[in-house]
Amino acid sequence: MLSIEQLKKSLFVSLWFAFLTFPLLVIKVDPIERTVQWRWENMALVAAGSFLVSLLVRVFQVQQERRRERRATGEFVDRVPIMQIILSEPRYLYTLSGAVLLCSLVFPFLFSTYQTNIMITALMYVMLGLGLNIVVGLAGLLDLGYVAFYAVGAYSYALLNYHFDVGFWMALPIGALLAALFGVLLGFPVLRLRGDYLAIVTLGFGEIIRLILENWNEFSEGPSGISNISRPGFFGIELSLEHAILYLYYLMIAMVVFTIFVVNRLQDSRIGRAWVALREDEIACQAMGIDKRKTKLTAFALGATWAGIVGVIFAAKTTFINPASFTFLESAIILCIVVLGGMGSIFGVIVGALILILLPEYLRALSDYRMLAFGAVLVTMMIFRPQGVVANIRRSYQFKSKAEGEG
Amino acid sequence: MQKPVLQVEGLSMDFGGIRAMCELDLDVHQGQIVALIGPNGAGKTTFFNCVTGIYNPTEGNVFLNPPDGSRPIRLNGLKPNQVTKKGMARTFQNIRLFQKMTVLENVMIGRHCRTSSYIFGAVFKTRATRREERETVEKSYRILQQVGLADTVNELAENLPYGAQRRLEIARALATEPFLLLLDEPAAGMNPQETHELDELIKQIRDDGHSILLIEHDMKLVMSLSDKIYVVDYGKKIAEGSPREVSSDPAVIKAYLGEDIDA
Ligand SMILES: Nc1ncnc2c1ncn2[C@@H]1O[C@H](COP(=O)(O)OP(=O)(O)OP(=O)(O)O)[C@@H](O)[C@H]1O
Ligand SMILES: [Mg+2]
Repeated sequence: MLSIEQLKKSLFVSLWFAFLTFPLLVIKVDPIERTVQWRWENMALVAAGSFLVSLLVRVFQVQQERRRERRATGEFVDRVPIMQIILSEPRYLYTLSGAVLLCSLVFPFLFSTYQTNIMITALMYVMLGLGLNIVVGLAGLLDLGYVAFYAVGAYSYALLNYHFDVGFWMALPIGALLAALFGVLLGFPVLRLRGDYLAIVTLGFGEIIRLILENWNEFSEGPSGISNISRPGFFGIELSLEHAILYLYYLMIAMVVFTIFVVNRLQDSRIGRAWVALREDEIACQAMGIDKRKTKLTAFALGATWAGIVGVIFAAKTTFINPASFTFLESAIILCIVVLGGMGSIFGVIVGALILILLPEYLRALSDYRMLAFGAVLVTMMIFRPQGVVANIRRSYQFKSKAEGEG
Repeated sequence: MQKPVLQVEGLSMDFGGIRAMCELDLDVHQGQIVALIGPNGAGKTTFFNCVTGIYNPTEGNVFLNPPDGSRPIRLNGLKPNQVTKKGMARTFQNIRLFQKMTVLENVMIGRHCRTSSYIFGAVFKTRATRREERETVEKSYRILQQVGLADTVNELAENLPYGAQRRLEIARALATEPFLLLLDEPAAGMNPQETHELDELIKQIRDDGHSILLIEHDMKLVMSLSDKIYVVDYGKKIAEGSPREVSSDPAVIKAYLGEDIDA
């Protein structure tokens, strides 16, 4: 399976790691007793661990390579993953979606308010993920400042409510529109940028919005934020906290269903295809008559719209917002959701959001290592499954006429 | 006589201090297959890039005269997508398919500039959108039949063999409904059998009423197809004429075979 050469390489990696971590993990100076502890067992652990991991990666790579060779010679036929069968067969897909929807509808009756509340957060991230998925997954524009649009939505509701007593349902479309406007605003200067450069500029944009909110006291009340934001109204009836949460939960379910519906339609349309083409090859895309500027701006605007909507809902849910909720970390988490779940795959993004938001909630014990775990998960994904948990599959078409039964 | 569909006058292109193309004139008449040949690095691809708006030429004019008799269009300064919309489509020497999209979708992208549904239509699936979508699929499929890729419609483009990828590039360009098609080395990497099929395909496309400008190194193919040949070397035109004239032109022989064999 593995050659001596590769064993050697892994050995080298483990030695290198042992050397790198030596000062941190082996030497421990006790300044009070003026002694030095040598924890050699740590070094052994690091060496053994990195050796195993590196070996594992190598085995995997060798297998991949073999599979690719055999595929090229035609003797290896790809097994179709079960997920793909389910997703490409409407019958299974509808059954699955129906079951999931049913489960989520009865969820609040089976679990506590606390759980429902967590679920609301998770659903908000599902929407954020689906929105960012338009920009990153479909159009291939790496946006690290997505949280800015989320903030725009949240602050538009908070400020409108604070100053003019505007209600939730009025603020929802306004927040969405404002976010879309900011999407276009960001889109214009970055039209010519791609990849790393785009990532850096969008990152900067996100920080600018946050810094403005933090420092422009007269406008946004600065770091102390805005409190006493109204919860969503329910035909003018005053709801208890518990009922408000229940209401918000069903509102979120409806919103998520709506988002899935819209994103799905968009994906499978003329613009959706143009986005994917833009991601695949910008020059060829233009040569096919696609207006790059218009397509990119649409992607930014539509992606931002969802962030704006979720922002309004967020403000209504917490009734208090301040700039600390809109740090880069949020953008990073949303991006992780998209990458982990599967770029361009709606189902993948939903799975990704549920994993990344629910797991940390239930594994509180590990909360100190949350970022470490995120990093590890992403690196592992990039090595073993770059297409994400649920890979995006292209729609297939059936033709009756000459050649029968493709797909 | 009718005006040429593509009319290029004194086209020059500088990269920094290097003149990659020098005052090139070139005409393509309706229904013709014109070949642009020359040694490696002669500036052929650069010519395509200048004409299609990917580069902005330093000097010179590029005009399109649509065969339907409408007004001449000056292409200088237009963006590639605008050029395509005016009726000139191209393929790429280094294949530039949308790898992660299916074969059919690649061709459907070509329909983009001839269709118009947008966000509203996409979300609400209006009747107009549905009709447009159906037409897009049907037309794309018909083009794929024409180039012989009808039984791989749902394959990802990246999984196609090399020769099929080249044909898919042609199909994709045809989907934009061009009256002038620019092909950059369509036979590169093809085996003799595939090249022969390509020969047939290009003739068939011409017979459908398209004009074609072709860059190609395969001389057999060029001689069999072309009505007229332009030869460039170091960015300058060194000969033009019918296949017979060009193949006996001393300057061409010199450019292709080197100085010494001249005598
Ligand atoms: N973007 C660019 N910047 C600088 N120089 C360029 C650029 N594009 C092309 N060139 C130069 O212009 C010259 C012509 O290149 P071009 O690709 O047009 O040749 P070609 O005739 O298509 O050759 P081949 O037959 O190998 O495809 C080359 O010397 C190339 O290095
Ligand atoms: Mg070339």
